[in-house]
Amino acid sequence: MASIEARGLAKAYGATVALDHIDLKVGEGRILGLIGPNGAGKSTALQAILGLTAFQGELKVLGLDPWTQRDRLMAEVCFIADVAVLPRWLRVSQALDYMAGVHPRFDRQAAERFLAKTTIKRTSRVRELSKGMVTQLHLALVMAVDARLLVLDEPTLGLDLIYRKAFYDTLLNDYFDHSRTIVVSTHQVEEIEHILTDVVFLDRGRVVLDCSLEAFEGRYTEVSVGPEQLDAARALKPIHERRLFGRSLLIFDGVERERLTALGEVRTPGLADLFIATLGSEGTAA
Amino acid sequence: MSAPSDTAARAPIAAASLLSPLRPFYWSVRRELWEHRSIHVAPLAAAVVTLIGFLFGLLGLPRAMRAAATLTGAKSAAGLATPYEFLAFAVVLTGLLVGLFYCLGALHGERRDRSVLFWKSLPVSDLVTVLAKAAVPMLVLPAVMFATVIAAHLIMLALGTAVVLAGGFDPRLLWAHVPVPGIWVTLAQGLPILSLWYAPLYAWFIMVSAWARRTPYLWVLGPPLALALIERLALGTTVVGSWLRLRLAGPFMAAYAEGRSKTPGHPAQGVNPADLGSPHLWIGLVLAAAFLAAAVWLRRSRDPF
Repeated sequence: MASIEARGLAKAYGATVALDHIDLKVGEGRILGLIGPNGAGKSTALQAILGLTAFQGELKVLGLDPWTQRDRLMAEVCFIADVAVLPRWLRVSQALDYMAGVHPRFDRQAAERFLAKTTIKRTSRVRELSKGMVTQLHLALVMAVDARLLVLDEPTLGLDLIYRKAFYDTLLNDYFDHSRTIVVSTHQVEEIEHILTDVVFLDRGRVVLDCSLEAFEGRYTEVSVGPEQLDAARALKPIHERRLFGRSLLIFDGVERERLTALGEVRTPGLADLFIATLGSEGTAA
Repeated sequence: MSAPSDTAARAPIAAASLLSPLRPFYWSVRRELWEHRSIHVAPLAAAVVTLIGFLFGLLGLPRAMRAAATLTGAKSAAGLATPYEFLAFAVVLTGLLVGLFYCLGALHGERRDRSVLFWKSLPVSDLVTVLAKAAVPMLVLPAVMFATVIAAHLIMLALGTAVVLAGGFDPRLLWAHVPVPGIWVTLAQGLPILSLWYAPLYAWFIMVSAWARRTPYLWVLGPPLALALIERLALGTTVVGSWLRLRLAGPFMAAYAEGRSKTPGHPAQGVNPADLGSPHLWIGLVLAAAFLAAAVWLRRSRDPF
């Protein structure tokens, strides 16, 4: 069964279209990266999935309607928004007490184990913690919940590199076990591309790419071409072209690698490069 | 609804959590008390300030006792009773004000600091959240007021007795004039009635706090006052205005009238909030339920700032 299934999901704020009838299907055990520039509709899509905002179209998350069944859904879904949502007055010990009190799937010992690896004190209030520590705390709370779906909306926004890397390492090593589904939105593509199994590019409320990483490698190729081969390469209709150190880097969609190896050095493009290639032509690159 | 096959194995936990709706409610109330310490601090502070005043008053206690011993009139007894009554009044008034201010921020603060995104990521329904917040002024604060008054009265009695003994008087004379068990009984009956009478006020404040984007206090006061003004200018009548006055001050007018006329059941404007058969009380409760239902709906549908 799909963890998330959306058909014709749409949302508008007045005249501004945030989501323009998107279809989305996320299978169980997948790690989906939702990638797009600011205002592409990432947060709106995640808010609809979490039952935080009303929407048009069909949407089922773990078989439930998030808008009418949010409290039931939240027993099986965890959510981290950007770092600033833990209430500032809350003490660490109170956060643990409260989670244990209201959440049927919260394992307090597990949360204590995660916190033991940090320097966070039980008596501290959230406002006394650094931004990185708040994220560690939220991650500890969330990882101690035996959830089937974890939704992360720009979870590492405003964190320095060390915390960002530790965040995703912890997530992958201590949490992900192939029966859970993770959806993460970010515009720091490079940092999450190695953990993803699927990727969706959003732009102006539309899905411009929906691809598994396995399919991605077969489909996209980047070739470094010297000036003498450039015309031959252009004849194969690259979707994007840029210049680097006197050579041209061309990205091809669906052209066989054997035909391209003759033109120059061949590799799979990074998600960031493809992101710019897909969206750059419309002048909206992040 | 038809559950997908692989959620069936997890169903027992979901069912168990549905069986105890009081658990999320209990923890939601506790969370309110963690955040808003004024709920117990403010009534306590009112009691402490009154107690300090009472300590100065103790200096004059032996003289009052002499008067009470000789006169045995109602006048001297009233002098001995005043601090006890005043303390109860100060604590209750503070509690009511704390309750109203609390309601004003109840659903506004969590949107302003975006922590609503955290609270909503947990399996607690909007209904439970709103009911827990309504329970703070209607159940928790009256309990806090009651306990604070009793504790303060016991301290006052102990101090008064000590001073009286030191002055060589019979403390039973003091106890006979101090209206203490009486005030407790009055509070035990009156506080629940105050909660019911003010329920539409609390609920209105909570609804506005869920609705207003900015400055909820303006929206709380503005529309009722505007309505009263418009009615007065357009129709020349004061139905809204006097209804508001009755709703706000009814219990105090009733208590005052009762104290004055010594004829219970004949309070100001002919309305006694303590009269459970009065339509005024029930209309208020219906309004309160409607405001709270609107607050639940608003909490669900309002986007965070």
